Amino acid sequence: MHEMSLCESVLQVLENEAKCQHFSQVTAVWLEIGAMSGVEVDAMRFCFDVIVRNTLADGAKLEIIEIPAQAWCLDCAQTVSIQQRYDACPHCGSYQLQVIQGDEMRIKELEVK
Amino acid sequence: MCTVCGCGTDSAEHSLIRGHRHSHAAGLSSARMVQIEQDILGKNNQYAAQNRQWLAERGILALNLVSSPGSGKTTLLTETLTRLQGNMPMAVIEGDQQTSNDADRIRATGVPALQINTGKGCHLDAHMVGHALEALPIANGGILFIENVGNLVCPAAFDLGEAYKVVILSVTEGEDKPIKYPDMFHAANLMILNKIDLLPYLRFDVAKCEEYARRVNPTIQILHVSATSGVGIGGWLDWLICVKPPVPA
Repeated sequence: MHEMSLCESVLQVLENEAKCQHFSQVTAVWLEIGAMSGVEVDAMRFCFDVIVRNTLADGAKLEIIEIPAQAWCLDCAQTVSIQQRYDACPHCGSYQLQVIQGDEMRIKELEVK
Repeated sequence: MCTVCGCGTDSAEHSLIRGHRHSHAAGLSSARMVQIEQDILGKNNQYAAQNRQWLAERGILALNLVSSPGSGKTTLLTETLTRLQGNMPMAVIEGDQQTSNDADRIRATGVPALQINTGKGCHLDAHMVGHALEALPIANGGILFIENVGNLVCPAAFDLGEAYKVVILSVTEGEDKPIKYPDMFHAANLMILNKIDLLPYLRFDVAKCEEYARRVNPTIQILHVSATSGVGIGGWLDWLICVKPPVPA
């Protein structure tokens, strides 16, 4: 639902970095998106193209690196892979899980001119 | 220009950058890589940290109330304000896409309220709340209720600088809401199960609902309330009185 405002935030970061790191055009953007970040990757691509039109990132390629979700199981004291927040531990069935990876929404790097 | 964030200057800066791009001759600059490593919501999180600091310095407890539309947030709030008025200073920020209906209902209780209309936006963000804090009269040591846009999806991701998120779920919704919208129930500290006076007329499995909520958030606290009949509202008021605002960083 909020991919549009996320893309606006990405554009703000690009515009600030353009000033600080002295570039005038962005040709590619790499985002790290966690499996449980709530971001719909297809919607993100759609919104990105709309938001960057007539900006320094017009036509930039969007590369999305999807980060799988992982949690720490308090009962079996190990890192486990999960798909959803309400998943049980695949080893012991406990719901005492602490998510340790999968919430990411990061701009990793840019290709610029 | 906004003194907090300088947001009034944004459009001028943006157009400068756009103009700059066209002043370069093609082929003179070559492609290079730039490491960024920034959170997409980094800017929102900065504003949220400023809000949190501002609130903590004044001993104000800020609660971000989230739910689907129609869960009874505003009724719960007006009942709460009416009962607590005179005991402690309170203020309300209301977020809705359109209308000031909710702020009008709050002001009718005598408590100051400020309406934020998000227009097309589906959530409040920390920048909007920061500006509301400048405009809203709220005494030190009070409680600030922030009633978010009715939406169980987007408000989960946007930190406003609140001490706690309180999710309100009414029993006229499905008991599986916590696993259908797990991010929100994961982010909340307290779940209020509202409209419990209607349970005799519904097929709502309370135990199942609580089990689902604890699956996505093992430490979530749960209260049963009916804002209209008053059942359970004492437990909520006790929670409000006992919960402490965070100390300044």
